[in-house]
Amino acid sequence: MTLNAPALPLTGLRVLDFAQFLAGPVAALRLCDLGAEVIKVERPDGGDLCRSMVVNDQRLEGDSLVFHTFNRGKKSVTADLKQPTDLDRIRALIATADVMIHNFRPGVMDRIGLGYDAVRALNPRLVYGAVSGYGSIGPWRDTPGQDLLVQALSGIAWLNGNADDGPVPTGFAMLDVATAGHLVQGILACLVRRGITGTGGLVEVDLMSAALDMTFEQFTCFLNDDNQQPRRHAQGNANPYQPAPYGIYRATDGWMALAMCPLAKLGDLLDAPQIAAFAQEDAFTRLDEVKAVVSKVLETRPRQHWLEILGAAGVWCAPVLDWPEFAASDGFAALDPLQTIRTPEGAEARTTRCPIRIDGQTLRNPAAAPALGADTAAILTP
Amino acid sequence: MSAPLSGLTVIDFSQFLAGPYASLRLLDMGARVIKVENPDGGDLCRRHYVSDTRIKGASTLFHAINRGKESIALDLKAPQGLDAARRLIAQADIVIQNFRPGVIQRLGLAYEDLRPLKPDLIYGSISGYGESGAWSCEPGQDLLAQARSGLMWLSGNADDGPVPVGLPIADISAGACLAQGLLAALFHHARTGKGTHVRTSLLEALMDMQFEFLSTWLSNGEAPPARRSEGSAHGYLGAPYGVYACATGHLALAMTPLDRLGPLLDLPDLAGDPFKDREALCQRITRRLRDKPAEAWEAELGAQGVWCARVLTWDELRAKGGDPVSRMLPPSLPLRMGGSVGSSARVGPGLDEHGSALRAEFGLSPKR
Repeated sequence: MTLNAPALPLTGLRVLDFAQFLAGPVAALRLCDLGAEVIKVERPDGGDLCRSMVVNDQRLEGDSLVFHTFNRGKKSVTADLKQPTDLDRIRALIATADVMIHNFRPGVMDRIGLGYDAVRALNPRLVYGAVSGYGSIGPWRDTPGQDLLVQALSGIAWLNGNADDGPVPTGFAMLDVATAGHLVQGILACLVRRGITGTGGLVEVDLMSAALDMTFEQFTCFLNDDNQQPRRHAQGNANPYQPAPYGIYRATDGWMALAMCPLAKLGDLLDAPQIAAFAQEDAFTRLDEVKAVVSKVLETRPRQHWLEILGAAGVWCAPVLDWPEFAASDGFAALDPLQTIRTPEGAEARTTRCPIRIDGQTLRNPAAAPALGADTAAILTP
Repeated sequence: MSAPLSGLTVIDFSQFLAGPYASLRLLDMGARVIKVENPDGGDLCRRHYVSDTRIKGASTLFHAINRGKESIALDLKAPQGLDAARRLIAQADIVIQNFRPGVIQRLGLAYEDLRPLKPDLIYGSISGYGESGAWSCEPGQDLLAQARSGLMWLSGNADDGPVPVGLPIADISAGACLAQGLLAALFHHARTGKGTHVRTSLLEALMDMQFEFLSTWLSNGEAPPARRSEGSAHGYLGAPYGVYACATGHLALAMTPLDRLGPLLDLPDLAGDPFKDREALCQRITRRLRDKPAEAWEAELGAQGVWCARVLTWDELRAKGGDPVSRMLPPSLPLRMGGSVGSSARVGPGLDEHGSALRAEFGLSPKR
């Protein structure tokens, strides 16, 4: 399936992406993959800061590779929103749009004159999406809404790693991606409603709410457990609230993950009476002791040995793979999860595709990200 | 303004977390969600206790993910139960299921089976690893999907083993992806009258979570991201990005140019290649940050515009977070809309709690 093929669900929608970096652009990317036309509105001097945020020294046609992965398939126009002429052109563009997304700090768009109320007067059908770090009120509203910082503030850093570790943040931008997902959901719901009522709406998301949503399972336990800070397991922690044997274990030749399993069954399968000797309630009350005993057993044989025994008995377990192993696996091949993007000049890079499949088809779009202002002449009225 | 999905009905056959998370999002935005559960205990999540905390006899997790939903118990293997399920679907808008590949076909409730009944049906499926291939029959469980996805080598420090994300990131992100696809399909339906089958899997969602990293890795000769010896937070970002132990507490530092950070830390000669010299640079910063409590550094550096934050526990978060923290406690819809949204219900339904009422409303035969 290619870009704007009529069968895509959002074909014909026009989305303006005023956002920079991650959460906003990734939300717009999802709408783009689902068929929408996405136009980035960037400042003339350098555009989206992410163009120059080079990770791991990698570029594609001058812009950072990660910029391309967040903005592939989009168009770009430049405008200086502080100049009245440019602002007028953008207001004219907004009048033609279905959705706009921004992630300026709270208050900035109002000062520019593109706050929700002003834009709604201009285009009542528009769905307006705003991304922030911490919402538009509260003690943190003016502090930087960056993924690692929100992980630090939200307690997520105390869920990963083991009991004796310091805080362990998740090593990728999980909250940006989750926040993008929430924005997409809210925008699409408002578009569904627009089909009935004819009017757009305002959707506001923030990284802190996404953090709390991601932890809702554990946070609900915390709230119903006398507000005790969850205690990470001494070893192989994978979720502080899960009982033994849940977690990660080392075999002689690699690591494996073991999910929920009754202790008696595990003891029988591993031929380890010392595990079966624990009562099932010890899985909670003597969690670290149980895991230490399981660990002693599993460290004596190769991973595959255990996976075969446990897997055959229906126990939930898996090898812990690194990317080379994962990318070489049949499971990876079956998903066909990659695509190649190309710039007009022919530079190529591989990236992941949209994780949603529609009517049996994967959603792919080979276009790279636009050069800064590539579509200004074609889209903006002079 | 009305909640955006009011008037829509979702029939949810899914269990545990990923599927129920997707239907919870639709519910929070106004949809009605009817859980179809097996009469023999229902959703397995009802008995999936974490931390041994329970509300009304079922696990707290079950209530957190099923709040506000209705429940009807149907034996889908019996003709009567199957017929009732088909009648429900015929009067609904969306179906969600997360059975292992093949199971829904055996039950006769696959998308292809239902299209003749309701050609414009919107149908969402979540699997662990896709519907074909080597892993399609493996249990689609969060930790196991994390293990296979390579993601466990991105968190923690260089000398650590694999470090899972300590929350169900595969389930939640796959549920979110499904919700997005279903909403796009609803929009499509409103314009064209056509139905759609939306699919995702835990593994695709986890790859999407890692997409920034994976794209980098695929283009750099497959050089893996390197975790730092301590305070690691991003394998492809240079110093000072990471977490630092201070005199008391910990401080997270995001991207900050070294020539800006150096003077603020009284380290005027803090210089080097942020990536190649990462260990040495971070060690110098670590030594300096040990001089004061994290709270003092956060105030001092934050006032200078440095992107930093103290690492909080949940008690501290609750005390300091204000909005949106209080709005999300207990956990609710993580987005705000112009108009009323969100269910005020705080608990999930009892098994078959709405069975009789639903049987009457949808014209199903009475329970035997």
